[in-house]
Amino acid sequence: MSDDAAQQLETFLQRVPYVRFLGMHAELAGDEMTAVLPFADHLVGNTFLPALHGGVIGAFLEMTALAQLSIAQPSARVHKTIDITIEYLRPGRALTSYARADLRKVGRRIANVHVEAWQDDRSQPFAALRGHFLLSSDS
Amino acid sequence: MTDAPDYMREMSQRMVGGTPQSAALGFRFVSVAHARGSLEVPWREDLVGDPDTGVIAGGVVTSLLDHTCGMAMAAAAGAEPFSTATLDLRIDYMRPAAPRAGVIAEAHCYKLTRTIGFVRAEAWDVDKSDLIATAQAAFVLNRPHT
Repeated sequence: MSDDAAQQLETFLQRVPYVRFLGMHAELAGDEMTAVLPFADHLVGNTFLPALHGGVIGAFLEMTALAQLSIAQPSARVHKTIDITIEYLRPGRALTSYARADLRKVGRRIANVHVEAWQDDRSQPFAALRGHFLLSSDS
Repeated sequence: MTDAPDYMREMSQRMVGGTPQSAALGFRFVSVAHARGSLEVPWREDLVGDPDTGVIAGGVVTSLLDHTCGMAMAAAAGAEPFSTATLDLRIDYMRPAAPRAGVIAEAHCYKLTRTIGFVRAEAWDVDKSDLIATAQAAFVLNRPHT
């Protein structure tokens, strides 16, 4: 299971050009995935603080959900986002960000996923996402 | 859109060219007016989210919608200095963009209180009557002198 999951994840992350644009990667411990977004200048939305762009935070959370789904529901095609709600709790500072996805429900066609992101303190998340995703099948 | 005040045009220029994420994604200014803003992002190979189809990533649309909502918020807030932070952003994806197509977004801050702005936005690729995504956002407005 673990090797397969690692392979699925690697395939997903390698295939999507936008993942490389963000510079994100993911670590897998058993079936638990942690997405990692190192800080980079091109991700900044507020140069005064400086802080990560709200859209970058949303995109990182969304890609984390899709990466977790790529492990749980392997498919040659990318699953599709139906809707997402992003909650901004604190500014995303100029630090490495981490995120974990919680698959609340994976149905036959639709998945409901919650994601939480933090930086230096796991108990102080700076953003969260709830979303629905349409699952692609290989057929 | 030609009658937008100077401060609004300057704010738009700052938001498009002066924000690293906006510059990195290649956002372009489309228009600004009171409580309204419009931006576009041209298609680019490295912004693709689905390598099978060449469709631009949802995350790029998320950034564009967030940024355009912030611009509408700024265009509603007036010439006095302020800062904003996004409280939440909901995005509905109606359909994927066309392969190798850029995206245009338009946002309207339809209500601004002393502290909170409520914004709606729409995004499309080719035809404005055939949307790819809609967004609803709430922003908090901070004015340093109050």
